[in-house]
Parts: sequence; C-alpha cells; structure tokens
Amino acid sequence: MMTVQQTHAAAPQSASPQSASPQAAPAVPKIEVARLNAWFGKTHALRDVSLNVPSNTVLAIIGPSGCGKSTFVRCLNRMHELVPGARQTGQVRVDGNDLHARNVDPVDLRRRVGMVFQRPNPFPTMSIFGNVVAGLTLNGVRGDHQAKVEECLVKAGLWEEVKDRLHTNALGLSGGQQQRLCIARALAVDPEVMLMDEPASALDPIATARIEELIRELKEALTVVIVTHNMQQAARVSDHTAFFYMGELIEHGDTEQIFTNPKETRTEDYVTGKFG
Amino acid sequence: MTLRSRKLINGAMTVVCGCALLIALVPLASVLWLVISRGLAGLSFAFFTQLPKPIGEPGGGVGNAILGTLLIVALGSAIGIPLGVGAGVFLAEKGDGALGRVVRFVAEVLSGVPSIVVGIVAYGLVVLPMRHYSAWAGAVALAVLMVPSLARGTEELVRLVPRTLNEASLALGVPEWKTSLRVVLRTALPGIVTAILLGISRAAGETAPLLFTSLNNQYWSTSPGQPTASLTVQIFNYATSPYEDWHSKAWTAALILLLLVGSLSLGAKLLARNRLKGLAR
Repeated sequence: MMTVQQTHAAAPQSASPQSASPQAAPAVPKIEVARLNAWFGKTHALRDVSLNVPSNTVLAIIGPSGCGKSTFVRCLNRMHELVPGARQTGQVRVDGNDLHARNVDPVDLRRRVGMVFQRPNPFPTMSIFGNVVAGLTLNGVRGDHQAKVEECLVKAGLWEEVKDRLHTNALGLSGGQQQRLCIARALAVDPEVMLMDEPASALDPIATARIEELIRELKEALTVVIVTHNMQQAARVSDHTAFFYMGELIEHGDTEQIFTNPKETRTEDYVTGKFG
Repeated sequence: MTLRSRKLINGAMTVVCGCALLIALVPLASVLWLVISRGLAGLSFAFFTQLPKPIGEPGGGVGNAILGTLLIVALGSAIGIPLGVGAGVFLAEKGDGALGRVVRFVAEVLSGVPSIVVGIVAYGLVVLPMRHYSAWAGAVALAVLMVPSLARGTEELVRLVPRTLNEASLALGVPEWKTSLRVVLRTALPGIVTAILLGISRAAGETAPLLFTSLNNQYWSTSPGQPTASLTVQIFNYATSPYEDWHSKAWTAALILLLLVGSLSLGAKLLARNRLKGLAR
C-alpha cells in the first residue's frame, strides 16, 4: 500500500500525515519529509521523496551506490546545503517544525540532529577525552565534563577499552574504536535524532556487530536513520526500511515486509541480489 | 636496448646528477666558508652588546642593529602574519568564487614585486606622511613582502586538512567560523608555523626595503617611531665603506645575521619533521 504515489498524495503539509509505519505510530512523527528534491548543480539527486520516521525507531535507507541515500540524510540536518552548487526544494520537518523556516538556525539544528559519517573522523589534534566533548567545548560549554565523557563512552561501548588512556591522542585508536569514539562525540551534545551514513562500512565484522548493538540501544532514547549498503545489517537493526533507486523512493515500509514481501519488483530484485 | 647499454646510461646519469649536486653546493659552501672565516675573528661579546664606534676608534659592536632587526621583524610579523594567515584561510575555505580568484591573483602579482619596489611604496605610504624614517615604515615593507607567500602557503596547508573534519565539526553544531579557526586552522597549525618561521627568516634577511624606510641609527633606539638600525643595512653601510676595519665588521655582522636566519630555518625544519611524524602515525 505504501507506493510512491500514495505517499505523495498524502504527505504535503498535512498536520497528521499518514503514518510511516503501517502499524501504530505516534501522532506526530519525529521526522516528516514531504516532496523533497535535491540537486548538485544540474544533477537531480533526489526526486520527490516523501516519508516519515516515528520517534524511537530505526529507519534503514538501502539502495545501490549513487541512489541519493547520503544526500537524503544530509538534507535532514542541512549538511546538504554546504556543498557548493547544492540546492533543494520540499519540506523536512522535525517535531513538526520546518527545517528551512527563517527562524531555524542550521547550527542549532545540527546540535539536535547528530551525524556519524562513513569514515571515522576524530579530530587529530585532540585527545580521546577532548574528542568526546568537542561539541561542548567548541561551543563554549564550560565545566568538568568527566561524567559526560564516561556516560557517552559507555553508551558507545568504548569505555572499558579507553578508560586508562583518555588523554592520549585519538588517532592511536583502531578504526572501529575511532568510529565508536565518533558516535560518543555525536551523543555528547544530546541529539534527538542520529543520522548514520554507512557507519560500519569501513569496519571489520566484530566492530560492525558492536555498532549494530549500539544502534538498537540508541533507539530507546532517540530516533535513528542509518544508510547502509549491507542488507543484512538493515534487516538486523531497523524497524522500517526505505529503498532508494536513482534518486527516487521506490518503497518504504516495515523492514520485515520489505525483505520478505516487497510490493515493488525493483525492491525485490535489489533485496534478493538480482542487481545493485 | 641491451641490458649492458641501459646500465651504462644509468651509471652516466648518476655521475651527471652527482656533479650537478656538487656544483649546486659550491655557492652555499663558499658563502658559509667566506662568512665564517672572515667574520669569526671579530666575534666577541662586545660585538653583540656595544654601539658602533666612529671610524678610527677600535672596538664597538652592532648591538643596536641586532635589536633593531629584531624590532622591525617583530613589528613586521605582527602585521604580516595575521594578514597572511587570515587571507590563506579565506582562500582555502571560501576562495572558490570571484573574490577568491582576485585575491589569489593579487597575491601572485605581489610575490613577484621586487623588494626594493615594496620599499619605495612603504616610503610613500609611511615615511612621507610621518615626515621621517621609522621602524614602522620598515615593518610595513617587510609585512607586505611576507603576506603573499604566507597566504598561499597557508591556503595549501589548510586545503590539506580533510574535508571530513570540517563536516564532523559542523555536524556537532559548531558554527562555520569557529570550525575554520578551532578545527581546521588548529589541525594545519604545525605546518603553518613552519611557513611563518620561513617567512620571518626571509624578512630578516631583507636589505632593500629597509634602506629608505627604517634607514639606520647609530644609537640605541627602541621606539618604533624613530629611524632604526638593522643588521642588513648596517652590513650594507659597512661593506660599501672604504675602511678596512668596517669591512671586517661587515663580515662579522653578516655571520650574526646568518646565525639568526639559520637558526630560524632550522627550527622550521625540525617542526616540519615532527609534523610528518604526526601524520605518519
């Protein structure tokens, strides 16, 4: 039932848009996206994408390379507009508030909608401790951040490994540890939404498993949107899955339904490995 | 081509390159040898601390010129470093538009302007309105000479900082200007410090822009509003004088200048090496 056309018909600006999930969902979804289009120069990267993400759920975005997955999540915290030549139309709402309203400062927004990138990117000039609290110290939040650092590193599953060397350089960590450090850093500013752009693609299976476990824990407190190339990963961690192809949202629904009983043949072909 | 002939050519080329290296080293070695052999004799504690003596009187030193060089270079750096580094960060972060192209073009033209021309400009801009020579005028001339290379050097170094760090900072809700200063510039800082030290040592060795800006002074002067002695101008005056005694003093002053500039360059090299180690980790 959740075809593209239906989504388009229902989505624009309605106060109680159609639920992203066929099952029970909160009245106002955490994130509402309506007819989102995005361009890089002349390249039309996203075409009329509409979907909702309920609070405290994990949405997985799947699709072949270049299908607009990353662009989509970068529109959710207004990182897309930082690329020279990038522009977008349509609406993105968080808690019912339009992200592109005049009174919305993208800087404030990004504190509420955190992001973890494909490659670990800790600040090389800072210690492990300094990296975790970077979002606080760079924004002038003073004080003893000891408790915050421990809390975030415990959440990210890194505390036991680094508690004795918090003040050593962050580049001394392995790739998987660095990525968990970046997650701890993103958590330290207390975001409500966490965007993850292929967070495990550069990691080994053990580190990947830890991050997936972490994502399942995170949704207790916040809403997660994760881009992934790995369909097993999408199936393991997400409540809902959206399949993107050539900049279009082809299908969006319960993860189980997408993987066992997709409505669209293109979705079926992709999840069963016939292309992509 | 047979293996034998390839080996022959390889051997011949190695010899040619070795010869080129030796020839290139000759001027450097002879400069060092001449300055040290002729300057060392006059080197004494008094030479660092005393004022120049009039011709005919033995002894005396270039203490005021050492102080003056430090003063002029410090003032010039205080003007030139913020401008150069600031322009470099701008070029790297926002320099893809029309303004960036203009700034880059101006910097290129400026770096090709002969230093004596920069001296004349400083004369017109600072000396004429003030109606007298001053350390300020010399400092302005040196600053103008420092800015272009510093701006381009900083730009290159800032561009080397991975874009992903920028994004990491922005995604944490850090404003763009703070990201540029406290994440990007901070990450590029060791390299920029190297570029700054090289710029300072180049400025310290300049004579032409100081000749008619800070002029010279035979007495102690710590006021930047007054004509100020500098090692390079003092060397120029001593070396072009007809007196044997002053000639040897020029060599000694040259040795001091060489030590000053050399230690700055060495410091820059050491910093650069540490930076490479940091990246290799």
